[in-house]
Amino acid sequence: MKKIEAIIKPFKLEDVKEALVEAGIEGMTISEVKGYGRQQGHSELYRGAEYVVEFIPKVKIEIVVSSQEFADTAVNAIKEAAHTGKIGDGKIFVSDISSVVRVRTGETDEEAL
Amino acid sequence: MKKFLAMLTLLALPVLTFAEDKLDSGDTAWMMMSTALVLLMTPAGLALFYTGMTRSKNALNTFTMVMGAFVLAFVVWILAGYSIAFGTAESAGVQTFIGGFGNVFLDGIKWTDLSGSYPTYVFVAFQGTFAAITIAIASGSVIGRMKFSTWMVVVALWGLVVYAPITHMVWGGDGALLFDAGALDFAGGTVVHMNGGLAGLVLAILVGKRAGYNKVAMKPFSIILTAVGAALLWFGWYGFNAGSAFGANAIAGVALLTTTIATAVAGMTWMIIEWFIYKKPTLLGVASGIVAGLVAITPAAGFVGVGGAFIIGIGGSVIGFFGVVVLKKMFKYDDSLDAFGIHFLAGLWGALMTGVLALNDQDLLWDGPLKESGDRMGQFMVQVESVLVVGAWTLVGTVIVYFVASALTGGGRVDDESEEIGLDESIHGERGMNL
Repeated sequence: MKKIEAIIKPFKLEDVKEALVEAGIEGMTISEVKGYGRQQGHSELYRGAEYVVEFIPKVKIEIVVSSQEFADTAVNAIKEAAHTGKIGDGKIFVSDISSVVRVRTGETDEEAL
Repeated sequence: MKKFLAMLTLLALPVLTFAEDKLDSGDTAWMMMSTALVLLMTPAGLALFYTGMTRSKNALNTFTMVMGAFVLAFVVWILAGYSIAFGTAESAGVQTFIGGFGNVFLDGIKWTDLSGSYPTYVFVAFQGTFAAITIAIASGSVIGRMKFSTWMVVVALWGLVVYAPITHMVWGGDGALLFDAGALDFAGGTVVHMNGGLAGLVLAILVGKRAGYNKVAMKPFSIILTAVGAALLWFGWYGFNAGSAFGANAIAGVALLTTTIATAVAGMTWMIIEWFIYKKPTLLGVASGIVAGLVAITPAAGFVGVGGAFIIGIGGSVIGFFGVVVLKKMFKYDDSLDAFGIHFLAGLWGALMTGVLALNDQDLLWDGPLKESGDRMGQFMVQVESVLVVGAWTLVGTVIVYFVASALTGGGRVDDESEEIGLDESIHGERGMNL
């Protein structure tokens, strides 16, 4: 089982969601996060006083899938949908998941996905 | 020349008093409306203008500083401020600086008394709104760290020690220092804006900088509130400037138009300067320009023409921008919301330019070198004199008032922890916004 975490630009969320649904991914968890990488922050200017805002808003999508194959599909879908070609498009992380439980039924691992 | 004028005044006086001692319903209606308009400027206009610029933890305190100053200053105005400003002292030496105490608690003023063509009671209330906004302007320099108790004592004392005498010197009638010199201040460029702005700077220096000033980001609560405040100030300013014609007449029309022109031009000017220098036009910039324009045209409103209004508006924003962006950084004082940068400097500009740009029109001008002999240089020097006298009085008076207020309230500044938590919670036990 694989977990995919993708940090994307907030305005790309709808596109990414649609692409994932089309790719057959049925569920996801999203959260509003802040951070910076190569994009750095931006600055705000009030009457000439400049404040650097280092952490910029991003959306984090988390998906857990049953196989490497599904993970590749999801990663590709996100990569294409979230792409603008500008600095700050985000990153995708893939990691292994050791166990999953569905709370309602008690099913575990692949059955729970 | 003076003798000739005195004779002329003597000859004209009986006619004038006879002509003016009749109540005019149009003038009365306009002056009552103007009073309401000027009132709106403080507890709505200025309060929102300032609140929007403060950090959210001090937003409610900022509003309270303005509204609290307004109510207290108005009460002080009725108690003795009016008498000191617009009373007539018997001794000529006293009359030069203050109007004495003959009208304390409005003693001696009857409801039937007229001030020109409208009731004196209306004049008292109208002028009271000026007294109250002036000290409220100064609050912008000291938000976020001054104790509310100290502020209230400052407001009460300042209205009597600084505002009322300055008002008397400029507008107090025959025998008053700057009135006799012939200073032109249509609606309060020196009396209100220079005065309030300089008091703000003095207090800001005495009470010290906010903790973390220039180190941590101090982001404004909501620029939208500031912009709404600027709009309400502009709206109310018609009472301030056009009301200072003291009647529903053509001079009020001049003031109304010049006020609108200078303000619009100043708003544009500030926007363009920022756009040019920082590559972005900001709402705070447009709002700041609007207020700078309103301030700058105040002393000149009923004296200048269309061209004059343009020049004063442009210069008001240029000098205000310079004060806020350059001067403040150069001298490292924490004039938090720029009461000095905008009100003092734009007021100073307006006061001096009134001497330069006032139309040489006998029907618009007040008595002074320009009216008497077309002496523009002489008029300019009188404007310089009025700026210096007001500046010196405000400086000394505000220092004294602060030290007395600070001594009476056990120090003028909140403790570090209260400042860190924010004055909304630590002083008022309320929050500006519960989300």
